[in-house]
Amino acid sequence: MTRILGLDVGSRTVDAVWWEDGAIADSAVLDSGFDPQEVGARLLARGDHDLVVATGYGRHAVRERFGAEIITEIKAYGTGASRLYPQARSVLDIGGQDTKVISLDGGGRVMDFEMNDKCAAGTGRFLEVMARALGFELSELGPGALTAPEGVKISSMCTVFAESEVIGLVHKGVDRNRIALGLHESIATRTLSMLKRVNAQPPLVFAGGVAKNPAMARLITWGFAGEVLTPTDSQLVGALGAALHGQSLLSGAGSG
Amino acid sequence: MSEAPVDYHPMWEELGLDLDAHDMLLAAIPQLYAAAYLTQAKRPEGMAYFDFVMSEIHGLRIKELRDHQAAGGKVIGSFCLYVPEEIIRALGGLSVGLCAGAEFAYDEVERIMPRNTCALIKSFMGFKLAKVCPYLEASDLVVGETTCDGKKKAYELLGEMAPVYVVELPQMKNPGDLAFWRSEIDRLVAKLEEVTGRELTAENLAAAIKEVNDKRRALQRLNAARAADPAPISGKDALLAVQVAFYDDVPRFTQMVNKVADELEARVAANTGATPAGTPRVLVTGTPMAVPNWKVHDIIEKAGAVVVSEELCTGRRYYSKLVAEDRTTVDGMLDAVAEKYLDINCACFTPNPGRAEDIIRLAKEYKADGIVDYTLQSCGPYQIESSLVERAAQQAGFPVLRIDTDYSMEDIGQLSTRVEAFLEMLK
Ligand code: SF4
Ligand code: SF4
Repeated sequence: MTRILGLDVGSRTVDAVWWEDGAIADSAVLDSGFDPQEVGARLLARGDHDLVVATGYGRHAVRERFGAEIITEIKAYGTGASRLYPQARSVLDIGGQDTKVISLDGGGRVMDFEMNDKCAAGTGRFLEVMARALGFELSELGPGALTAPEGVKISSMCTVFAESEVIGLVHKGVDRNRIALGLHESIATRTLSMLKRVNAQPPLVFAGGVAKNPAMARLITWGFAGEVLTPTDSQLVGALGAALHGQSLLSGAGSG
Repeated sequence: MSEAPVDYHPMWEELGLDLDAHDMLLAAIPQLYAAAYLTQAKRPEGMAYFDFVMSEIHGLRIKELRDHQAAGGKVIGSFCLYVPEEIIRALGGLSVGLCAGAEFAYDEVERIMPRNTCALIKSFMGFKLAKVCPYLEASDLVVGETTCDGKKKAYELLGEMAPVYVVELPQMKNPGDLAFWRSEIDRLVAKLEEVTGRELTAENLAAAIKEVNDKRRALQRLNAARAADPAPISGKDALLAVQVAFYDDVPRFTQMVNKVADELEARVAANTGATPAGTPRVLVTGTPMAVPNWKVHDIIEKAGAVVVSEELCTGRRYYSKLVAEDRTTVDGMLDAVAEKYLDINCACFTPNPGRAEDIIRLAKEYKADGIVDYTLQSCGPYQIESSLVERAAQQAGFPVLRIDTDYSMEDIGQLSTRVEAFLEMLK
């Protein structure tokens, strides 16, 4: 029996997938807190592993500290998504602090990719800040947006400017559900144009924490020309990809 | 190399540097250099010379310039590949490149220039405003040129603080443009003769052409060895050699580069390298990288690839072409100078098809697996030309990663991820 741990060390969560004999044996999603490495160490302590593969922005630190193998989030999401959906031709991941779009060939290989700029515009972090400005729990933001008949146009995508714009709108008495919808619409527009830039073909796998937000899922599904697939455990796609990479390393096949 | 370190403060003070600000700048360089350079494995031994040059970048070399001036010679600064160093040298001048590769005194710069000016311009203006660049302060004349709009206008501001002379470059490469450029070279010769008090002769010009060609030949040799797999030298080290070419003593530099080239050729013959065989190979193209800007090379090589060629002004564009040595008259030689220089493929020209052709030829010759197209933010010419370069490269079957950045370190994490993902794609 081989046991492989795939770790996705992100800014908001640390996600883990344990892969044993060709199947997911267990998984976990923990808050990154202020010391994601410590969270990683806790997950590593859960038993012995034949191999640990890390991805996510904290991957280098995991390699230094625990001697793990590493792959980028791009490859991890590409690999994970095409395992879940072998027919997938593109992947969208909106995570805590970045957005990635990946275009895949028929066999799960990355052909092109793009990431957002260094700021948090349009990411999970952006939505958190906006939820707070609107007085919503993060989990209420998407459902709230879906109740609005139409969105209010938000002109800035910069977290700082958008926040003050949102506060201004609230003070003017604009319905917060409409503001929420407007925010989701502008993120969706931006995301869809990123998908166009890498020439993303359907079916598209929508992964990452923000895929759980029903308004984002619906707007992306509407705006994308073709089928959009949202895995139930959208947050685990990267960790799964890391684990799968580990498996191919162990079987000496290279990972393509 | 003496035992006790020499204190250069009196020299710097005499040059009018702001000593406190300058100490601050100088203190940052060794760490930056050590992190990028001294961590590398299997460096050619000849690179020790470059380590030494870098450690004395504001010391010994400036002292040499000052001694030269004390003996009646001049120091001429420039910011662009188009300023012919052969002419400066023939007139007994020492030519120094003034492009700057570090963020300094941006707050002061942004009082007189827009924030979204490219980092290269902001950097040299910052160095001037803060009085921290001994090369700039030591220059008897700064020769500017009309390439991009940013530099053209920056020279007006710089001209208020330093002696600046601007040569006009054409924007196209038609026959009439060469004639015009040739007339601008005459104008430059007259200006340099006035500043140096010397006259251009067939002897001194022929000698200078030969010496500078020898320098470029040495760099050609060093770089030719990089076509081998395993690559005998890191891209960072090869980049450094060209960066230093812009201000070092010419014959000494040539000799040292030839020494490194000997070593590299021996490595290639023995099939050994600075990185293992099969390491992913990357060609870098784009805007110039001035000392101490090693950012993109550092990211690429720390991600596990090796840079095998630079289609940059701090790379191929500097050494790949020579001035013809078969002319006998001053006029004939200046014709040859004009022809060689107008043949540089800079994005400030329209159209500039030679650049994409070079990139593809180099990518094949150096067996590159992929191309990194590096542009400085707010550099319109190179940013816009990116589309053409990328399309041509992709049509030739080379994957391209575009990196649009500046001198700051904020985006290093994100750029590393993009570069690593690009390398994963190449496998
Ligand atoms: S990129 Fe163009 S303007 Fe800049 S140094 Fe090179 S030749 Fe001159
Ligand atoms: S990098 Fe671009 S904008 Fe900056 S000086 Fe060079 S050509 Fe001009």
